[in-house]
Amino acid sequence: MQGDSQREDLRQELAADLNGAFERLVLEYQDRLYRFALSYTGDPRDAEEVVQDALIRAYGALGRYEPTRVRELALRAWLYRITLNVARNRARGVRPRLVPLEGPDGDTALPEPEADSAERPDSVYEGAERRRELDALLAGLPARYREAVVLRHVEGLAYEEAAEVLGRKVGTVKSDVHRGLRLLRDAIGDRRTDEVI
Amino acid sequence: MDTRYTNGRMDSAEDAASEALIRELSRHRAVRAPASVLPVVLAGAGLADAYAPTDSPIGPVFVAYNREGISFVRLAGDHDAFESSFRSRFGRPARNLERLPRDLALAIERQLAGDVRAGLRLDLRELSEFERAVLSKAREVPRGEVRTYSWLAREIGRPRAARAVGAALGNNPIPLLVPCHRVIRSDGHLNGYVFGGEAKRRALEAEGADPDELERLARSGVRFVGSDTTRIYCFPTCRNARRISERHLVPFASALEAAASGYRPCRVCRPAV
Ligand SMILES: [Zn+2]
Repeated sequence: MQGDSQREDLRQELAADLNGAFERLVLEYQDRLYRFALSYTGDPRDAEEVVQDALIRAYGALGRYEPTRVRELALRAWLYRITLNVARNRARGVRPRLVPLEGPDGDTALPEPEADSAERPDSVYEGAERRRELDALLAGLPARYREAVVLRHVEGLAYEEAAEVLGRKVGTVKSDVHRGLRLLRDAIGDRRTDEVI
Repeated sequence: MDTRYTNGRMDSAEDAASEALIRELSRHRAVRAPASVLPVVLAGAGLADAYAPTDSPIGPVFVAYNREGISFVRLAGDHDAFESSFRSRFGRPARNLERLPRDLALAIERQLAGDVRAGLRLDLRELSEFERAVLSKAREVPRGEVRTYSWLAREIGRPRAARAVGAALGNNPIPLLVPCHRVIRSDGHLNGYVFGGEAKRRALEAEGADPDELERLARSGVRFVGSDTTRIYCFPTCRNARRISERHLVPFASALEAAASGYRPCRVCRPAV
């Protein structure tokens, strides 16, 4: 499969010349990691920061790993996992540090400005309104179901790979996806009922 | 089949609803990452600088940064001109961003508003040790106050290097955030600023200093002012000097004159040591 051999190349390049190959990694993975983060956070600005932070962390980790470890990395699952950790930390109120600021500690609470998603030009995708609605509903799901649904059905990962990202058993991921879809359907049903009333 | 997955029978209506939902979820795959992801990541990784326009007291400026901190500030204008002057100065590219990351934009805004705890880091790696010493001393001049090149030279232990201090300030890669506009010639003239004399006036005005008054004092030969009650003398913009009432204010043309009159230098603004 071509995709796999390209990933193979990328890992070789990352192991041999991290600084030279890292931009290619970003270009190759930024879209899917962004989508994942967007579905997770429900907010474009937050999602953007999550992905940026995750990729900066990935760079740091790749620089610390032995080349043999980089060559054997399950790159895609590994990047999703980093993104997931950043998104989870953020949901717990730990702000990512994307820019070089100094302070008494890592997460001094800077006042958070309102996310002005209205001023962001929306994506090329036609059903933007509908998508936002679905994003909002997804973001409202309990994390364990949201993570599973997004990896399986937005990102299209096999259950085995999703299980690797989430650190859960395959069967658990299947039941989380199932339960998540049911909750989403119920939420959509409620939303439509509200609109009628 | 996993039992937890198949617990309970799915009826066909539920099945159909799920399939429609799954189709809809899969359409999310058309979403693309914003263009700013790559430059912010490369800047954060230390592989490139990223820059974006931001507001300042003297109008919009381009601010470039990388993993080490802010690297370059210039008046906003033509992107090509900024990028080529960046490249010729640093030997590496700067990539354009629509806007700065939120944390950074906020910290810059706070620092420009006078918050000394804004916590901005600056990347001054390309400068000489002398230039770094000059800029870091300039950062100690409080907002709205001014000191002189010769004062700064003396403070960094190079009392004869006033001219080199002026050159180092003129080579400041990060004006405004390193407030080189707060250091002026001993004769009070406001020329000699990276962005021109007019910008220097505006930068000082924005901080509550009065450039006209500074020039007027300088023209009339006043370098320092003292209080005849405390018998302490100061730079005219020192916070201690601004507390002296008209009635008790004594002007001096030099530190020598002040000393000869029995005045001692202020410990805050250190007009002499
Ligand atoms: Zn003083």
